[in-house]
Amino acid sequence: MSLSEKTKGVLQHSRNVDKTKLKVGLGACGIAAGATEVYKELVEIVSSEGLPAVVEQTGCIGMCHNEPLVEIESRKDGRILLGNITPKKIPSIIKSYFQEGSIDPEHIVAGTHYVTEGDAFFKKQYRIVLSNCGRINPESIDEYIEMGGYEGLKKALERMTPDEIIEEVLKSGLRGRGGAGFTTGLKWKFTKQAAGSPKYLICNADEGDPGAFMDRSTLEGDPHAIIEGMTIAAYAVGASLGYIYIRAEYPLAVKRLKLAIQQAKDRAFLGDGILGSSFCFDMKIKEGAGAFVCGEETALIASIEGERGLPRLRPPFPATKGLWGLPTNINNVETYANIPRIILNGSGWYSKLGTERSKGTKVFALAGKIAKGGLIEVPMGITLKEIVYDIGGGIKEGKRFKAVQMGGPSGGCIPESLLDTVIDYDSVTKTGAIMGSGGMVVMDEETCMVEVARFFLEFTQNESCGKCTFCRIGTKRMLEILERITNGSGEQGDIERLEYLALSVKSGSLCGLGQTAPNPVLTTVRYFRDEYEVHIREKKCPAKQCRSLISYQIISNCTGCGACLRNCPVNAISGKKKEIHEIDQQKCIKCGICSDSCRFEAIEVH
Amino acid sequence: MSTIDPRQALSIINKENIKKGSLITVLQQVQEEYGYLSKEALLLISRRMSIPAAKVMGAASFYSQFRFEERGRCTVKVCQGTACHISGASKLLDVLEENLGIGKGETTEDKLFTLETVACLGCCSLAPVMMINEMTYGRLTTNKVKRIIDDYRKGRAE
Repeated sequence: MSLSEKTKGVLQHSRNVDKTKLKVGLGACGIAAGATEVYKELVEIVSSEGLPAVVEQTGCIGMCHNEPLVEIESRKDGRILLGNITPKKIPSIIKSYFQEGSIDPEHIVAGTHYVTEGDAFFKKQYRIVLSNCGRINPESIDEYIEMGGYEGLKKALERMTPDEIIEEVLKSGLRGRGGAGFTTGLKWKFTKQAAGSPKYLICNADEGDPGAFMDRSTLEGDPHAIIEGMTIAAYAVGASLGYIYIRAEYPLAVKRLKLAIQQAKDRAFLGDGILGSSFCFDMKIKEGAGAFVCGEETALIASIEGERGLPRLRPPFPATKGLWGLPTNINNVETYANIPRIILNGSGWYSKLGTERSKGTKVFALAGKIAKGGLIEVPMGITLKEIVYDIGGGIKEGKRFKAVQMGGPSGGCIPESLLDTVIDYDSVTKTGAIMGSGGMVVMDEETCMVEVARFFLEFTQNESCGKCTFCRIGTKRMLEILERITNGSGEQGDIERLEYLALSVKSGSLCGLGQTAPNPVLTTVRYFRDEYEVHIREKKCPAKQCRSLISYQIISNCTGCGACLRNCPVNAISGKKKEIHEIDQQKCIKCGICSDSCRFEAIEVH
Repeated sequence: MSTIDPRQALSIINKENIKKGSLITVLQQVQEEYGYLSKEALLLISRRMSIPAAKVMGAASFYSQFRFEERGRCTVKVCQGTACHISGASKLLDVLEENLGIGKGETTEDKLFTLETVACLGCCSLAPVMMINEMTYGRLTTNKVKRIIDDYRKGRAE
């Protein structure tokens, strides 16, 4: 049986299934929120009641703030997305849907025939990379094929030469989604032209930025898209072996990738003689062992070679001298996931989206103090304001916006005054942040910007591989300065010292880690200098976060219930029952547990 | 968690056929089997793969995943990602240190808990988050953390 016959059979088979689909978002977030129990409950109830429905798993639906999510999909009602579902809520939902055909609107967060809060969340998004994520069962290759999967590969192999593919990717304007934004087609061209054999292909899935989960969600939700994108790339550059370098902290993504690779091999989308052609390409998974610097391409290559993940001097670039000294094309997850669609729909379709120098869409992990956090995909050219307020619904608990952090430890904090910045590589870079891989953490008035800078520097200082002196020692000195500022022992001239060191580290480091590590400090100094000055001059933390600069006090709201007294880990609280309690400031470690356990808002921070 | 059985360890190494570049994979598999990398395991790998012991240790100590001491039955990983950090992750760490009576990177005497931090678990919208073995717990508060630890202590969760 030829492949197209196989595919046809599959399509007919799944069209025959005319049952209502109950899909549960089983990404890592969903599972952490309790989606597995919801899934089990649904399976149980559908089989025991003999309902005309199938229960399926799917990847991240994107509305992480409403996890666990269940989607009901049927011909009659289209799609109805239910949020914050617990196993307890299931019986009544199922009963009313299957018996009365109705659902309590309280559960509905989005749907084909409903007006909901979800409309705003989805309206400004445009999904290419995430188009299957949360819609198909990631463990089913048939569902991927049904959505047009592997059609791009078919077109590439049957109707295009490698040069034509590269030309198409060049014309699409796609730039590397790992952060730096190098033109993807150009990278491919260099690898193809480089002398040396065999050639390698690497997928950088070492998503190390704290606050970023785009690649994890894509890998978990639509693994075949990455496999298809990589296979097309391999054909274009002439690679015969590919590696997916993935964080070991993402066990579910690893599991689904392994399964998807096997399925693709069984259907001749991968392996020897792909789709009946003479093209052979195999793929292996390498689990990263936990080193942030391995997100840098040369360090990643060193790690695959079994060495310490130390970056190497570029040039030579991996395109000419990469893995084992041979030509290697390396792109990140999101970049590869764009490829099948670009090939299938054409570069013209893709390049219509976005701005002049940044085409297509970008996936962001929207998190932090945002009302509706989640996984989103937006067309380039949208403004930060639209993302934060229209899609994200503004700040949690009605607090005031302070900054949005983009690009993780290599990025920076963008203040309110620059919220009209549009999302494209060049505009974001102008603010001092970077596009990065897509982490977007929103901060409110209760976030201390000096402390945030300290947090990121602690991270990069810890993750610096130690090769370059400026990165190794410079970040350490910068961290010491930030620590003393947040401890209340900041000195006059510290801000200037930070700026001086920051520029030295930037210019004296070999790889992206060191070159960008000072960005969080530089942007917070640039936009929130007054916060630094208050810490240094007045020894106060305006956001009331820096422990050495605050104190907890019990006010007259106290009912003497004793909750804080019982929860205090250092027994710093005393007081008789039903009388106002007191905190011994000498003993207090300012952990804030008392304030968390108080139900009467009787504990204030000064 | 057992002491190293040379024959079994050798089979792990042989499985990888001591290919070029497989050191990290071998280290991961040996750790998976024994829970940590003991000195004898590292020396065995060095001999078997003909890589100098210093180089084996050099690679192993570079990556945060590798551990050189026996750990507890439950590994508690507190996420220190950006979203968790601004949602009070350091407070959770304080509570855990206090509650378990150990610091970061340490194991309780009864070998039940090992406390660690992790850069990011990628469940940012559920911040603050922690992971115990394979299970992730989100939307945590200090009180919730104490309850969860109690569940493990009393064997109600595993």
